[in-house]
Formats: sequence, structure tokens, C-alpha cells
Amino acid sequence: MKKLTLALAAALSMSSVQAADYVIDSKGAHASINFKIQHLGYSWLTGRFNDFEGTFSYDDEKPSDANIMVNITTDSIDSNHAERDKHLKGDDFLDVDIYPSAKFVSTKIVEKGDGMMDVMGDFTFHGVTKPITINAKKIGEGKDPWGGYRAGFMGTTVIALKDFGIDYDLGPASQTVELELHVEGVKQ
Amino acid sequence: MNTRWPRIILLIHWVTALAVAGMFASGLWMVDLTYYSDWYKTAPHWHKSAGLILLALTLARIVFRLVSTRPAAYGNRLEKRASKAGHLFLYALLLSMFTSGYLISTADGRAIDVFNWFAVPALGELIENQEDIAGDVHFYLAWILIVTASLHAIAALKHHFFNKDDTLKQMLRLR
Repeated sequence: MKKLTLALAAALSMSSVQAADYVIDSKGAHASINFKIQHLGYSWLTGRFNDFEGTFSYDDEKPSDANIMVNITTDSIDSNHAERDKHLKGDDFLDVDIYPSAKFVSTKIVEKGDGMMDVMGDFTFHGVTKPITINAKKIGEGKDPWGGYRAGFMGTTVIALKDFGIDYDLGPASQTVELELHVEGVKQ
Repeated sequence: MNTRWPRIILLIHWVTALAVAGMFASGLWMVDLTYYSDWYKTAPHWHKSAGLILLALTLARIVFRLVSTRPAAYGNRLEKRASKAGHLFLYALLLSMFTSGYLISTADGRAIDVFNWFAVPALGELIENQEDIAGDVHFYLAWILIVTASLHAIAALKHHFFNKDDTLKQMLRLR
């Protein structure tokens, strides 16, 4: 009886072990938030947000218990063209004076096997909060050469600019933006 | 015979007057163009080109102004002082407009094409968020310049119609 109690207690404490918490390595730039949008329907225009931070918790045994939060500084948008970036930061698009940050907070994670996950959550962008789903994939995890432990993922999602109150007309081929996230977290 | 304004200085003055009005209007108009407007690319290109040419003219004008003599100024001592300060302020505003405009377009190291004729090279990013800061400066100084230039025009008309002196006639080489 005593043994059983001990075993139960052990099992309970095992299952209550918290998923590991990670801080996204934006400092070491082992993470990036990229976007791409069609230009006139003839090519892809790519760019990124240089300044963001975030955390996630993840346990390989229970991926569906994971969660992630990312905060993006909108005026760090970089499309490799200062005049365009100025336009993108202005009130035709991001309006960074009024909406200095964008945020994603996961609400539910559905495991799909093979390291694939649907990361559902609320995305706040341009002052509008809407649920989105990020198609995520675990890339890998393990020890790093400097005594730490890391795990990394990538994810993609598509948002319609109009859904987030951005209605500057870039043409019919440019209604949506693809976001691509690469995050590597360092275990805390 | 009285000293007159050198023709070249008058020419640059009136070109500048037209340019300041045109640049102010085109600047406000072009930033609100839609993406599919025929002018979306052309208007900023011409605005930047005209601005850089006006910069060259302004530098030439300052040199001519320093080496030539001017006709007599009218008004009492205080008015002459105010006039001098006002004109220096106009020059400072013009030069600041050229500088801030240049800094917007060259913030990423890109040169500015002047009417596909020649390119003015960039100095690169000198301060962080250069295109945004220079853009704000350019916008507010544009308003200050148009207001100051309007006061300058009103002052010239005051000389002509109220003081009935030759200030405006000198600028038109009617005297």
C-alpha cells in the first residue's frame, strides 16, 4: 500500500513537471520574423521585423501543452528600402506611432504528428485582435555547445491586410501577407 | 545710376519662389497618391530631382550674393534688422529642406537620381530611423517655409503699396 502511494505520488509529480520554459533567442538573432507579399502579382516582395521578443514553453512529450507569446516592435520593419519602410510605417499601413507593437499569444496547440502542429492564437496587429492559426513544425532540440539547451520551430501563416484594418490598395494579388516565423528558444 | 540687383540673383530668386510653391504642393500631393496612380513613381522622382537642382542654384545664389553689391534697402533700423533676420531664416529653411529631403531618400545608402541625368550619392544611415526623423523634419519645415515665404511676399507688397518704395520694383528690375 505504501509502495503504491509512493508510486502514485511519483507518477503525479512526474506528470506535474512543468513543460520547459524557453526564451526566444532574438538577442543572438537565432530567430526571425519574415513576411512576403506579392508585388502586382508578378513577384514576391520580402521583408522582416528586426525587433521582437518572446517566450514559449514546450515539452516534447506533450506538445499540445505548449504555448508561445511573441511581441513585435512594428517600427523595426525592414524591406531593404528606406523610402518604402517609411511608407510602410506611416498611416497607410502599420501606423507605428499609434500601434507600436504587434503581439501573438497562443490559445491552443493541436499536435498533428511528425513534429507538425497547428498553433492557434490571438494576433494583435494594427490595433485589431483576431484569431489566427500558425502551421508550425518542430525543427529540433538539444544541447548547444555552450552549456545550454535549445529548441527551435518554424511556422507560417497568412493574414489578410483588410482583416486588420489596412486597406491601402496594393492590387488584387496583394491582399494577403504571408508571415514566416523562425524561433529558437534557450531553455531557462 | 543706383546699384541694381544682379540679373542672376533675380533669376534664381524667382525660380526659387516658383519652386518653393511647386515643391510644397507636389510634396503634400504625392505622399497621398494611390499605388496604381500614374504619378506614384514619377512625382517623387521629379520632386527629388527638382529639389537637388534647387540646392545647386541656392548654393550658387549664396555665392553670387556674397560677392555682389545690393541696392539700397528701405525702412528704419529695426525694420532692416528684422528683414535681414527674416532673409537669413529663409535661407536656413531652404538649406534644411534640402538636407532633410536628402536624408530621407538616402537613409539606406541609395543614391538619388536627378531626372535620370546624374545621381547624387548617399552618405548612408547617419542616425537611427533616419528616414522617419528626416521625414518629420521635412514635413514640419515645409509648413514653416511656406508660411515664412508668404510673410516675405506680404512684406514685399507692403513695401510696394503702403510704403510706396522701390523694394518690389528692384526685384522685378523695373528700377
